[in-house]
Amino acid sequence: MRYRTGIDIGSTCSKTAVLDENGSVILRFIQPTGWSSVDTAEEIRSKLEQNGISNENSGIVATGYGRISVPFADRCVTEITCHAKGACHIFHADDLLVIDIGGQDTKLISVQDGCVKDFVMNDKCSAGTGRFLEVMSNTLAVKPEELCEMASKGGGVSISSMCTVFAESEVISLIGRGESRENIAFAVVDSIVKKVASQASRIQTVNTKVCLTGGLCDFDFLLERISEELGTDVISVPEARYAGAIGAALCAK
Amino acid sequence: MRDLPEQFSQFGEARQQGFMKVKKVKEAGGKVAGIFCTFTPVEILDAAGFTAVSLCGMSGETIPAAEAHLPKNLCPLIKSSYGFAVSDKCPYTYFSDLIVAESTCDGKKKMYELLDKIRPTYVLHLPQGLAGDALEKWKNELIRFIAFLEDRFDVKITEEALRKAARERNEERKSRLALMELQKLTPPPAKGYDLYKALEGSGFVFESSQRINQLNDLRESIEAAYRDGQGKVKASDRRILVTGCPIGGVLNKTVKLIEENGGVVTCFENCSGIKAAYQMVNAEADDIVGAIAERYLGIGCSVMTPNDIRIDHLKKLVEEYKIDGVVEIDLQCCTPYNVESFTVKNEMKKLSIPYIQIETDYSESDSGQLSTRLEAFLETI
Repeated sequence: MRYRTGIDIGSTCSKTAVLDENGSVILRFIQPTGWSSVDTAEEIRSKLEQNGISNENSGIVATGYGRISVPFADRCVTEITCHAKGACHIFHADDLLVIDIGGQDTKLISVQDGCVKDFVMNDKCSAGTGRFLEVMSNTLAVKPEELCEMASKGGGVSISSMCTVFAESEVISLIGRGESRENIAFAVVDSIVKKVASQASRIQTVNTKVCLTGGLCDFDFLLERISEELGTDVISVPEARYAGAIGAALCAK
Repeated sequence: MRDLPEQFSQFGEARQQGFMKVKKVKEAGGKVAGIFCTFTPVEILDAAGFTAVSLCGMSGETIPAAEAHLPKNLCPLIKSSYGFAVSDKCPYTYFSDLIVAESTCDGKKKMYELLDKIRPTYVLHLPQGLAGDALEKWKNELIRFIAFLEDRFDVKITEEALRKAARERNEERKSRLALMELQKLTPPPAKGYDLYKALEGSGFVFESSQRINQLNDLRESIEAAYRDGQGKVKASDRRILVTGCPIGGVLNKTVKLIEENGGVVTCFENCSGIKAAYQMVNAEADDIVGAIAERYLGIGCSVMTPNDIRIDHLKKLVEEYKIDGVVEIDLQCCTPYNVESFTVKNEMKKLSIPYIQIETDYSESDSGQLSTRLEAFLETI
């Protein structure tokens, strides 16, 4: 049996997926990247070996911001290409608009006939990324998933600043004003949604399915709000957090 | 004079040797003019017996010094240039008898007012387009400049000297152009990075015929190596055109990255590239000052409105150089180029040419994201 393995070293989490010859996912696991992507890559290698996967019987492709820290990978492919391929595989489509909210980047990728047609990505600013949600969750002393849950019960407040650092001080002043946590949580989610919508306006798409990949893919309220803002149903599945890794595996030989 | 900034040691031998040469020029009683821009009518400086040298700031090292006077959200090129002057770190600024500048973008215009307090700076008022009597005004501006130089430095700028300078500068432009046009070959014979460095270095060779000879020699040696199968580029590399702002300060995190990931910069449309070389002065025109004015006013820089010249030229280059993708590199806070990028994007879309715009500065803080974007762009071509 010849396998294909994709390793997605993200800024927050590292995802690994192994495909068999039929393209079915036979093994997948996720772990925090921690401070050293080299150590993480080493851990992944031993986990793969425990499951009988190695360079001997598998092509291995690395992606994500730590892609160059995986010495045993055959090659590196950027997460843009990998998320596009992975999303097509997961959602059984060749034409897609992929929204990937990652730890430090938010990307929108327009896919036509299975190929990346155009993409937009935030520059060095972390507005609208997973990191933004994480910082705000810390400020509100909840977990990111709890923040999303709380947000569904709030409303009526907005954060005007897109910058994570300034938005945090805005949140602190909202707390000081005695605003409810639910309303502040709503404002945090709303600001991510607005950022995604503004990026979406910069990318050309033709009536395609829209899907969400990355670590926030099972945050129902976020999906609901993005769907509302874009005026179209945004689909996702829990497996979509592996889109980058699955896409990388599909790039392997 | 204090220590030289670290980056100068990487600027190639020509630039370093330039420091010594410019010192010799001064010791022999010569005059030095510091310039910033492709719009500077160097023929007039040549005819006045000046040695013109570029002061364009390309290192982030002097930006903190500049930020003592200038706002944070300003183009890094402007800050770097001013920082060199204000911190006394640039030998060329130090040796300049006069700085010659133009009213191009807002940031530069206002920076020149401050620069004048450090070194005498003469600002030529450049019209912001071709409409109406723009050419007449620009020509009068050049006449005023000639009178200023004659009066201030006690020189005579003759028509003959202007024609001679125009002929020499034309010849130099043709040499630069011929060197860049080698890249039309499939695959191109040289890495864009190497070519850019060579063109940049030639600006620091101050003797006209020597400069031209060096450019021609380089072209011949590249051609010969290519004929012997010693080309530097793989046939599979994607042919990339680079356009936008001056990129001397961001070369490593843009051009180098493109060329390490399956691309080859086949054409530089920017200031140091084809933009500055493809238009000639009609040296035989009856009105030589008018001919010089016409040549410079026709430069397709985004400070001009409308700027059809750039767009039309880009379309031509994309075809002539068989371009696979266009990368627009704009400097942070450069309003004219960043706004105009939307037009460039749309025009490239009409030609079905993949296009990406990146906005960056002289720091390393965005190099991770930049590499993902540029690599992904190359993967999509």
